[in-house]
Order: sequence, then C-alpha cells, then structure tokens
Amino acid sequence: MDSTNAYLPPWRRLWLHALLVIVLFFLLAPVLVVVPMSFSASNYLEFPPREWSLRWYGTFFGSSEWLHATRTSLIVAGLTTLLATPLGVAAAAALSRSRITTAQILKGVFLLPQVVPVIILGIGVFFLYIRLGLVNSLPGIVMAHTALALPFVVVTTLSGLKTFDHNLEIAAQSLGAHPVRAFLGITLPRIKLSVLAGALFAFITSLDEVVISLFIAGGDNTLLTKKMFLSLRDQLDPTIAAVSSILIVMSIVGVFIFMVAAGPGKDGRRP
Amino acid sequence: MTLPLNARLLSVLEARNRAELALMVLPGLMIVALVIVPAIWLGILSFSVDGVPSLAHYQRMIDNSSYAAIFLTTFQLAGLVTAITVLVGYPATYAITLLPPRLSALALACVAIPFWTSLLVRTYAWMVILQRNGILNGWLLDAGLIERPLRMSNSFFGTTIGMVHIMLPFFIFPLYASMRSIDGNLTRAAYSLGATPTRAFFDVFLPLSKQGLIAGALLTFVLCLGFYVTPQLLGGGNVTTLSIKIQQNVIVYADWGAASALAVVLVVIVGLMLVASRLLGGRGTD
Repeated sequence: MDSTNAYLPPWRRLWLHALLVIVLFFLLAPVLVVVPMSFSASNYLEFPPREWSLRWYGTFFGSSEWLHATRTSLIVAGLTTLLATPLGVAAAAALSRSRITTAQILKGVFLLPQVVPVIILGIGVFFLYIRLGLVNSLPGIVMAHTALALPFVVVTTLSGLKTFDHNLEIAAQSLGAHPVRAFLGITLPRIKLSVLAGALFAFITSLDEVVISLFIAGGDNTLLTKKMFLSLRDQLDPTIAAVSSILIVMSIVGVFIFMVAAGPGKDGRRP
Repeated sequence: MTLPLNARLLSVLEARNRAELALMVLPGLMIVALVIVPAIWLGILSFSVDGVPSLAHYQRMIDNSSYAAIFLTTFQLAGLVTAITVLVGYPATYAITLLPPRLSALALACVAIPFWTSLLVRTYAWMVILQRNGILNGWLLDAGLIERPLRMSNSFFGTTIGMVHIMLPFFIFPLYASMRSIDGNLTRAAYSLGATPTRAFFDVFLPLSKQGLIAGALLTFVLCLGFYVTPQLLGGGNVTTLSIKIQQNVIVYADWGAASALAVVLVVIVGLMLVASRLLGGRGTD
C-alpha cells in the first residue's frame, strides 16, 4: 500500500491530509464539547467552562425522574440484548445453512428493520400496541427494541459463519452429539467474537433508540432517550450534558469490554 | 448395532434441514408480527377513508401544496447531505488509506468514536455548538469575523451539519474497506507507464473504487430520507421532513390514514433506491 504512494510528491498529499484532519476534528467536536461542558459550574452552557464543578451530575443523581429513566433504559437494553442475541444467532445459523435462493429472500426479511425508516417501524408498532394494550409496557418496549436489534446480530453472526466450516458441526452430530450440543460446543466458540459484536450492537441500539420509544415508551417506563428528547425540545439544560457524558462513557465501556473479550490481535477488526 | 456412516450422515443432514425451519420460527415471527403485519395493516388503511375504499389520502398529497414542500425539503436535505458526505468523505477516506498503519488505525478510531456515540447526544452537541449564543457564534464574534450572531441552529443549515456528522462514519467505513481491497500495484503500474498522479487517480484508482463510492452514496441518500430526530431538534420547527409529517399526522391529528399514505410513499421510494443500489453492484446495507 505505502510504496504505491511513494511516487506522490509530499505537497500533493498535503491538502488531502489537511482535509482529513479537519474531517476528524469535525467528527470529534461534539464529544470534545459535551464532556467538558458537563463539568461546568455555570448556570448556562459555556465552553470552555470558566469554573469546574460536579453540580450537573449532582442534579442528575438527585433527580428521581432521571435516575428512574436511566434504570429503565438499562433494563430494557439488557433484556433486549438477552433476547435479540440468541434469536439473531439462531436465525443466522439457519440462514447460513439454507440453499442460496431461499436464504437470500429470508435474509432480506430479517434485515427489514434495518432498511425500513425507523419512523415507519415506530407508527407500525404503536398502531399494533394500541390494539394489544402494550403501549408503555416493559415487554412491549423490549419486543420492539429486539426486532430493531435483530438485524445487527444476524449480520455480525453471518459474517462470522462465513468462514466457519459447517462440516465440523456435521461431524460432531454424526458422531452422536445432540444438535444443540454440537452448536454450543463446536460452532459457537469459533464465532464467539461475531456473536459478542452482535450483542454489543443490540445493547447500544436499544440504549440509543429514540423514535420508536417516543411512541411506545411513556409513563412509568419512560426511557432515558425519550426524556432527553422531550427536554431538548424545551431547553438546553446543562443536566443533559451530564446525561450525555454518562451515555458516551457507557458506549465506550461497552466497546472496551468487547475489545478485551475479543483479545489482542483482533482489534483491527471493526465489529 | 450402529448405522453405517453414510446412513448416519444422511440422517444428520435431514435433521439439520428440519432444524433450519425450527431455528427461524421465533425470530421470524418477531419480524412478521412487529414489522410486516403492522406495515400491511397501515398500507391497507391508507387506501380507505372511514372504512370506504378511497384514494383521498394520496389525492391530498397532490392537491395540497404543503405536501409538495415536505417532499422537496426531504429530498433537498438528503441530496445536500449526500453530496457533502461524498465530497468530503471520499478524499478523507483516500487520505486514511495513504497513512502508515498506526496512524490509519488512529484515524479510524476517531471515526469510530462518533459512530458509537448516541445520535441524540451528538445532535444535542450540535445544538449547543450552533445555537445563537453558542460556541461557534462566540468564537466568530471574538475573532471579529462577524458582527452579529449567525442563525445556524433551528434551520436547514444546522440540520445539514448534524446529518453530515451522522452519515460520515456510515460512508467512510465501507468505502475504506473497498479502497483497501484495490491492488496498489495497479496505480504503481500507471506511474511507471508515465501517468501523472492526477491521471493515475482518475484513470485507475477512481474507476476501481467507483462501486464502493456509488453504493455508499446511495445508502447515505436512503438513510437520509428517513431522518426524524436531527431535523426535529436542529431544524427547530423550520425543517419538516416526511418522517416529521408522519409523526405529526399520528400524534397531533390522529390521522392514521394520512400518516400511512406518506409511509407507503416513503417505503416505495426507499425500496426503489435499494433495488437501484443493488443493481448498480453495491451491496445494500452491509
């Protein structure tokens, strides 16, 4: 790769690299602004803060409403991950075995929630839940988030299975292993990384989901993102900077746990 | 007595075919119940008024000029965001491929951080940066570049910035993978045959990365058509996209027929674009 470009004089690369630096700065700017601002002592948003304090975190941890919404969001994201991961892995395992044409069509079905604009999923689920009495209920929210997260698990697991030799599993089964045992003992350890990546995607998808939650996650089960969205429409309260920083840290911790689980040498691979 | 090996294998393979179906039942039901059934239900609803078959909801889209404005806004926004994302993202991705491995890993990590950050958090950050008494206006005023604060949030401009920020990682990651798969010897051959760097780029590298570029651009455009949160918050009521109108029809007017008709139109457009992107050789949503 590099020797290719040795032919390019340095000044030709300069504008490209300058552009890259600007783009990377643009991409990082929101994170670079939100986190410091959450430690501001001021009543209004200022950057960089003149005085530092933890008062906005104090407001957050002192508010039962914010804490309740955070707890609900974490519970929903956890349950969604627990539900979407096995379902997605099962679907991917079946898809990777199927004959080409049917698998393509069925794969399309499983990827639907990723392709359909989320507002349409939102009104569809809302319309259904009104009739089923599931609006604002925990099971309803978890099911909707699971449907949304399913494609991520299916895609990552399928990419792991692409390099897996199915004959290994067939061999185990022909030697008398129960299909479930053959899958758990032979296949799963070899695609562990992809499954973990899928689970991480599922967790973060649920944690970050706004649009569907706006329709179906109110009342006692108001999610953190919905509460944030609604308060953002009214005012730019610095408490939200604190909430945002907590969400950023949660995502980073999630990715970090994945990296550790993935082990050294695999970190170049994007989940 | 155990079965001979062949027979045992055969029975295993048959069992696997049955298992295939069983494995798909639960996840499949989930998608059918939560996505497909409501979609079909709403689709049928869009073709009737008070239970009587009618095209009134679609007729209104044509007759009422406010709908034309909504379609125009949605497409302008998607088009502009896609254009900026491509014009900025393509050279930036190319620059990443030119970097030595350590630096390119660092650059990719910088792209990954916003990718993993909540969309709502990023939109909030842009609201803070772009608002009237926000960070950017403050800096521009201090630098003496402007005399009065610019109106950047609650506008089409702010929405565009926020959406470009969300789309860039989606565009850069797959394009980077496709650029990395291009054989570096080909450009080198062009140089050795006397091509200038510009010529080598336009005659060799660009055509080879064209597929990834087109697929990425189409995917960006399609995703932009469905945006709700960013135009709602950064548009501040001044940018009404299809998604916002659909939400309003449901929540404010409780007019499911009108919302469904718009949803049907949106799904058809998105579907056609995805088919087009597949036909042009790109892989839909990977």
